[in-house]
Amino acid sequence: MTRSALLIGIVAFVMSSPIALLQPAVEAPRPVALAAAEDVAVPAAEMVRLDEGTYTPLYKTATGDSVVSVAAFDLAVRPVTNAEFLAFVRANPTWRRSAAAALMVEDGYLGHWAGDVDLGEAPPASPVVNVSWFAARAYAAWAGARLPTTDEWEYAASASATQADGRADPAFVRTILARYSRPTPNPLPAAGQGEANVWGVRDLHGLVWEWTSDVMSALVTADSRQSADANSRRFCAAGAVGASDFHDYAAFLRYGFRGGLEARFAVPNLGFRLARDAS
Amino acid sequence: MTRSLALVLAAIALTVLVGFAAFNVGLARTSDTNAAPEIAEITLPDVTGVETAVLTHAPNVPPVITRDYATRVVVNMETTEVEKELADGVSYTFWTFGGDVPGPFIRVREGDLVEFHLSNAASSTVPHNIDLHAVTGTGGGAEISMVVPGHATSFEFRAIKPGLYVYHCATAPVGLHVANGMYGLIFVQPKEGMPAVDKEFYVMQSEFYTSGKMGEKGLQPFDLDKAVDEEPEYVVFNGRVGALTGENAISASVGQTVRLFVGNAGPNLTSSFHVIGEMFDHVYGEGGTRVNQVNVQTTSIPSGGSAIVDFKVDVPGRFTLVDHALFRAFNKGAVGILEVTGDEHPEILREGTSAGPVTASR
Repeated sequence: MTRSALLIGIVAFVMSSPIALLQPAVEAPRPVALAAAEDVAVPAAEMVRLDEGTYTPLYKTATGDSVVSVAAFDLAVRPVTNAEFLAFVRANPTWRRSAAAALMVEDGYLGHWAGDVDLGEAPPASPVVNVSWFAARAYAAWAGARLPTTDEWEYAASASATQADGRADPAFVRTILARYSRPTPNPLPAAGQGEANVWGVRDLHGLVWEWTSDVMSALVTADSRQSADANSRRFCAAGAVGASDFHDYAAFLRYGFRGGLEARFAVPNLGFRLARDAS
Repeated sequence: MTRSLALVLAAIALTVLVGFAAFNVGLARTSDTNAAPEIAEITLPDVTGVETAVLTHAPNVPPVITRDYATRVVVNMETTEVEKELADGVSYTFWTFGGDVPGPFIRVREGDLVEFHLSNAASSTVPHNIDLHAVTGTGGGAEISMVVPGHATSFEFRAIKPGLYVYHCATAPVGLHVANGMYGLIFVQPKEGMPAVDKEFYVMQSEFYTSGKMGEKGLQPFDLDKAVDEEPEYVVFNGRVGALTGENAISASVGQTVRLFVGNAGPNLTSSFHVIGEMFDHVYGEGGTRVNQVNVQTTSIPSGGSAIVDFKVDVPGRFTLVDHALFRAFNKGAVGILEVTGDEHPEILREGTSAGPVTASR
């Protein structure tokens, strides 16, 4: 975590600097000049409104709250696809596979594509994966949106097909856990095919994992059994306790996954979706 | 006179000395039987050379390590999530070390520096890590080995304590990762070695909590409620029903000595490990390095623990490995077979001459 914190620090510094400072460092080692930006339309993202509400996170918040209020917000009904991300890199050459800064994407970034602007075998309608947190954030900014917060994402994901909070329904929890317990198919199926939850949001469970805006402050450490301890360390004994629901194994899996991430990672089953403040 | 006086004095002195010494020895013996055995000071030997660990799938065990110095041992392991059979016609999505359940057997020597490379297959859905009970330090390595799908990591540890240790995944939620098959054994061979035997085998007991009842066909999802209630549908050796029976039975010849490295992954149950028709000549209880009992019928192996048992097979036959909590053996799968071939030894066991129907006495 220290390493990623440092990385974020460095990147935040770099990003806040005038772009001119960054340019030479990025361009110098490139054998060919950066390709020109193409004039590409921003793909429209279908969003739905989620009403304000509360949800119970797996761990208490930094301020010791066990219930979190979530303001109304808009969330994309499905994750961003390969085709949509292709439009992004056409319009933004610095985010192409061969050009993106190593500080912000590791090897393997868009590794399932055939080339910079060539999807190859990757199905256009499937969720884009192998994108770093930085790249996902850049896409969201380009699209005039943002990533959902972890609270927003979990709030949306706790909805079943019929209820805003479906977690009291054992069948709902079982279904989610069963979906997580399957290996990831290759290639991934198309986005938007999953059953809609009560808000009309699809694919939150079992298609791909998704970046959230504050994922780097997720609470589960690499060793799952240290969690309560780590909370107390990280939050200076701010009411550190264990999980709120020891039966919500699906939530443990999500929090565990987030705990293994670094912001520049490219993971074969990790994508993202867009969100916006309720206007 | 002076000379004989001197002799007498010398004799008295000698007697006192010897007596005192004997008394001392006696004292020492007395305290030996009551006090815990001394734990040797940890000394880290120099590390010479490098080798890649031979990893074997159950029931096979890597060859005995014959070198007499510490080396750097490279262990390469990949975590995968694979659909395989748990019983005939019953499949399950196993989370594995190395593609099989249990994971590979690792053998190193006391003092070795282990360079562990853990990768997680791109097709995995969830992150994994490894906690080796042979590791001294936070999380047994788990904290520094977390790896998301399509990534790799590495860490190093000294195998400072000899013994037979369980390893398992410890990513959240740890019970699920173990219930899905992520465990195996690492044997840290004592530097003075072990008594030689003719055959060594790797046996690991574990439970599976499937939605369907035992024997219900098709792909069976994990059932959290059954796991929490500690009511498995399957209790098996080496990852599936029948992994040690039929053509998969292990074998030996009459007169050979057999060593079983037995682990219990749990995640919940303690095993009452027994071989029908044999006594364990030696039991290295709880996977430690001392024989703590001889002539043992059944040895208890806790979840997350192990035992090493040695025995000589004296007569031919089929010897059945069981968890002697018997409904696990006969209704849930915890059965294995050791086939022993060779000459009969009627002086040890034979049928009597009075076989036949009972005749009513008049």
